Amino acid sequence: MTAELSVRELSVRFPLRGGRAVAAVTGVSFDLAPGECLAMVGESGCGKSVLASALLGLLPGNARVGGAALLDGLDLLTAGEKELARRVRGRRIALVPQSPASHLTPVRTVRSQLEETVRELTGASGPKLRGAAGAAAERAAFPAGHLDRYPHQLSGGLAQRAATALALVGEAPLLIADEPTTGLDRDLVDRTADELRRHVDAGRGLLLITHDLAAAERIADRVAVMYAGRIVELTDAAGFFDAPGPRHPYARGLLEALPERSFTPVPGMPPELDDLPAGCAFAPRCDRATDACAAVPALAGSRSGAVACHHAYSHAPETADA
Amino acid sequence: MPEPTSKATSETTPEPTPEPIPGPTHEPAPGAALELRGVSAGYDRRAPVLHGASLTVDDGEAVGLLGPSGCGKSTLARVAALLHRPWAGTVRLAGRTAHGFRHRAPRELRTTVGVVFQQPRLAADPRLTLADLIAEPLRATGRRAEIPGRLPALAASAGLGGDLLARRPHEVSDGQLQRACLARALVLRPRLLVCDEMTAMLDASTTAALVAAVEEYRREHGAALLAVGHDRVLLERWCDRTVDFEALPPR
Repeated sequence: MTAELSVRELSVRFPLRGGRAVAAVTGVSFDLAPGECLAMVGESGCGKSVLASALLGLLPGNARVGGAALLDGLDLLTAGEKELARRVRGRRIALVPQSPASHLTPVRTVRSQLEETVRELTGASGPKLRGAAGAAAERAAFPAGHLDRYPHQLSGGLAQRAATALALVGEAPLLIADEPTTGLDRDLVDRTADELRRHVDAGRGLLLITHDLAAAERIADRVAVMYAGRIVELTDAAGFFDAPGPRHPYARGLLEALPERSFTPVPGMPPELDDLPAGCAFAPRCDRATDACAAVPALAGSRSGAVACHHAYSHAPETADA
Repeated sequence: MPEPTSKATSETTPEPTPEPIPGPTHEPAPGAALELRGVSAGYDRRAPVLHGASLTVDDGEAVGLLGPSGCGKSTLARVAALLHRPWAGTVRLAGRTAHGFRHRAPRELRTTVGVVFQQPRLAADPRLTLADLIAEPLRATGRRAEIPGRLPALAASAGLGGDLLARRPHEVSDGQLQRACLARALVLRPRLLVCDEMTAMLDASTTAALVAAVEEYRREHGAALLAVGHDRVLLERWCDRTVDFEALPPR
């Protein structure tokens, strides 16, 4: 089973007292095909995780959601809780969580948690259940010898695999990984990323939400850069990380902040989402800003490269500034 | 935090106590900023984490300590910051030997070290505003009067402006909270800054900004740095030299 995710003009608002609102996500549109990995990158607090929660119907009750998110014709944003709980979560969309150590139940072994998930999702029981749980662990490369351990007895990497194994039980065609590599060391990041990539190559779609540019570079087919709740650049990963590089000034700044590049931060701080500047939200931090930036730029371009900036770097041969 | 219940005063090394500890902490003192000699430490006697580890950080020097998760580098950082009592070995800060750890560490010694931890959420009292959080070390050491003079400039150098200082931790992002934790670590003007995976949770731009803030403080005060982490690229870019945890000389 494969699934194409199509998000159109998704917006999430959290109303505040006094008529103001936190604009966590604004007008986000993207497509995710089976066998494709889209990395959603951006600074902390730019709305990435809210986006993931919106797709899974896990937003708090005061959130106001607009737009559409179609998964094979089902609009995830308007589907009822019953539909989401019984047909979507775990079955059509699986979540690989941030900090697996806190996602696992601390007082039960990995085997018991896997068996519970297998029972709920497939209805297996008895000896079949035990076998299915073992197979699920194997699929995420979780060693069988550690199945009877409790979460606190696992290293960070093994806990990550246990959480991934739980996510994969339902054979969901779409994976959402929310910061799956936070706090892991470089080797483990690479291993976790490679394992996620294997599931993509097996035909699943993967929405990778991360601030870890190295992990994104390793496995993503396409990259979406989020800034202040909007996608400001959506492009092929190869041209983003290597030449010719990103076209949006913010995306450039983010890459330049890496220690292997110029290691200089983007000046200033991201705006507060309840107090966004009028026009382009990045303009106050941008050295290319002009009067034109008082109007919000639309995301324009083709599927292989779109940017939302009035003064985007051009990929015409040899620009002076590259 | 499991600490052996044995008398904390029973020192493992019979090194003679140096002369009475001098007063102000930020006075230049002779010797390396940090000297660990033959430190053994851990949480379970049967499975020690450190076996006679030795490490020196010279005055004003920046040393990066590299190692994979779970290798014991954070324990070493905790010993260096007097937050964990070793079973054996000596810890010297700015030439003075530490004879007490955790709450038994003398204030004059404790305040020579500033620490920034990996997870700002776990390192910040959720009830304090960021301004109170940053000023807490001054309050705790009876230097309340210095708060108005020190806080604004320090917060600005850590990149915290506007109304952020009046907010509480749940109202700010991880990156902003870590900036406050860094400012808190610098508020007493430590001679040595210990950064234990300070940037592991943060995005590239915030990482670069925090490192720049640390470097600005070090330029201004000539402070030493022990940066612990697993990101080789980052630490090699940041520090004067890097040490692999596995290669620490035993004794």
